[in-house]
Amino acid sequence: MGNVLAFCEYADGQLRTSALANLTASREIAKHHGGEVVILLVGKGAQAASAHAAKFAPKVVVVESDALEHYLAETYAPVVAAQVKATGATVVTATATSVGKDLIPRAAALLDAGQASDISKVESATTFARPILAGNAYSTVAINTPVIAVTVRQSEFEAAGESGMGSVSTADAGSVNALGATFVKLDAQKSDRPDLGDAKVVVAGGRGMKNGENFKVLEELADLLGAAMGASRAATDAGMVPADWQVGQTGKIVAPNLYFAVAISGAIQHLAGMKGSKTIVAINKNKDEPIFQVADYGLVADWEKSVPELIAEIKKLKASR
Amino acid sequence: MKILVPVKRVPDPTQKTKIKDNHIDLTGASWIVNTFDEYAVETALRLIENGADGSKHGEIVVVSIGPDDAAKEIRTTLAMGADRAIHVVANDSEIDSLTVVKILKAIVESEKPDLVIMGKQAVDGDANQVGQMLAGKLGWPQATFAATIELDSANKKLTVGREVDGGVEYKQVPLNSVITVDLRIVAPKSVKNGVTPDSHNYSGEGARLPSLKGIMAAKKKPLEQKKLADFGAEPKPAIEEKSVALPPPRAAGQFVSDVPTLVKKLADEAKAL
Ligand SMILES: Cc1cc2nc3c(=O)[nH]c(=O)nc-3n(C[C@H](O)[C@H](O)[C@H](O)COP(=O)(O)OP(=O)(O)OC[C@H]3O[C@@H](n4cnc5c(N)ncnc54)[C@H](O)[C@@H]3O)c2cc1C
Ligand SMILES: Nc1ncnc2c1ncn2[C@@H]1O[C@H](COP(=O)(O)O)[C@@H](O)[C@H]1O
Repeated sequence: MGNVLAFCEYADGQLRTSALANLTASREIAKHHGGEVVILLVGKGAQAASAHAAKFAPKVVVVESDALEHYLAETYAPVVAAQVKATGATVVTATATSVGKDLIPRAAALLDAGQASDISKVESATTFARPILAGNAYSTVAINTPVIAVTVRQSEFEAAGESGMGSVSTADAGSVNALGATFVKLDAQKSDRPDLGDAKVVVAGGRGMKNGENFKVLEELADLLGAAMGASRAATDAGMVPADWQVGQTGKIVAPNLYFAVAISGAIQHLAGMKGSKTIVAINKNKDEPIFQVADYGLVADWEKSVPELIAEIKKLKASR
Repeated sequence: MKILVPVKRVPDPTQKTKIKDNHIDLTGASWIVNTFDEYAVETALRLIENGADGSKHGEIVVVSIGPDDAAKEIRTTLAMGADRAIHVVANDSEIDSLTVVKILKAIVESEKPDLVIMGKQAVDGDANQVGQMLAGKLGWPQATFAATIELDSANKKLTVGREVDGGVEYKQVPLNSVITVDLRIVAPKSVKNGVTPDSHNYSGEGARLPSLKGIMAAKKKPLEQKKLADFGAEPKPAIEEKSVALPPPRAAGQFVSDVPTLVKKLADEAKAL
């Protein structure tokens, strides 16, 4: 018997979409533990997001403080650890976003908890399936510590639906000590496109695009389909496109309905980030590339000719409907 | 400045994954230094050297917990330029993240480094947790997923550019912190130490390859062996791998001859447009 404390990120008074995947996983875990899900909202603006959060869990705990305005693992982890104890939780969870991955293991250390990272399935109260070796295998692990920490792979769980109206309570942040760490600034990549993490369509380009200017044609395709942009490490490393477009083992893990891999060879580290996609299209001029082994539809062609043609053809299709 | 770099040896990720008796079959596997840890060694070197003239202004101690024959991969990091190594001998089935963190904490407390620099994740288990846990246990600040580091040694602080969802976050941490590095830390100008001239460019992609001279020197560098028991660690991990399975194979795909066929199939067959 124990509750599940779900650390949830929010923005502008709403839970982030990424948090909803964790709430699905957290509900499954709570069922196994015979407890309930308690949503934890931390930071400045937490209170404003609590009404939305309360639609998704029976209890919401808000820890709001000016001292917690900017996320820092040093200040947030002790809050998470304290709330695990205060809410009688035996499991603490978050989506494996860059915040979740930074925060949860630190909180786990404060709780002497073992952690299952990036889980893809809840098998029982203490066992979880998770991808290893760049997604080339799935490991089932048992975590035999009194408190368990879990991060959840967003692409492996449906977004949770609303479950009624929960109660909201507030808790004190305690003494906030950043240990000398300070947030300096965030160089945000602004984009009107959907988030890479939950886009229905992703258009990704690789080294074979040659330069950033050439990505414009992929962006045109993306905008035609309401897609997010993605890229291989080779393309991001070369500075063709922003680093946070990277899809793969160490970039974003995506599982859209439709994934276009254009001029990407299909290294295992790239495949790790996209082979869960429903339909994969590969466009590459070399028919022997590994990307064609995961592609549902492979087109052996030069992007310079085929992508503009693809855009024209999709426009034609749309016009005919 | 003294930097501690924990490194793990991992199976070469380019090998085909094989399963035997519900676990990964590693018989005959080839091994490498976890790529991110190689990058961490490279980062540590760039922090303590003058990249232009090669002079060194600090010490790098490598720590690895792993089986006997991991000594080979540990030597590789010495050949890159680390000064000495501590090898805690244990089979992989005897350790988990919690044990690794416990041992690393004890070594940090005895070695008293100014910084711990390590990979953000081991590419076998892909756990991405040891650095954060170690920082938490030590009560040290952390800067994870570092793509750039600027060291201000006079004021004993670092400004770290962290790759986060939606952009790059800059975080400042004092010395005595744990840094975990991301891929782009090895770009030509990612690490600034205030000594290497701004005009200096590190070359190529990835970490430096050991030179012949480095390989010879590494043979004479100290590699101290320790046991799990030296740290009061039990060879019975709390995190237990029950089984491993291969993912279900994807249904075979097809080549399409031209763009109109592709669009037609995407619309009618895959219902994706
Ligand atoms: C520890 C580690 C982690 C990594 N993590 C990631 C990760 O998260 N994500 C990731 O993507 N990579 C990752 N990598 C890198 C990965 O191993 C590959 O190097 C990278 O994915 C290659 O990118 P690419 O396919 O764009 O480039 P290449 O492999 O160079 O392929 C370029 C492709 O473009 C094609 N091409 C060229 N010109 C044209 C044209 N005109 N028309 C059509 N096709 C053309 C070529 O045939 C080729 O297939 C990682 C590597 C390491 C070591
Ligand atoms: N057995 C080990 N020995 C030394 N360092 C390790 C070991 N396991 C993990 N690490 C360090 O912890 C980092 C993150 O690993 P992980 O959390 O397992 O993905 C690695 O990049 C290493 O620096």
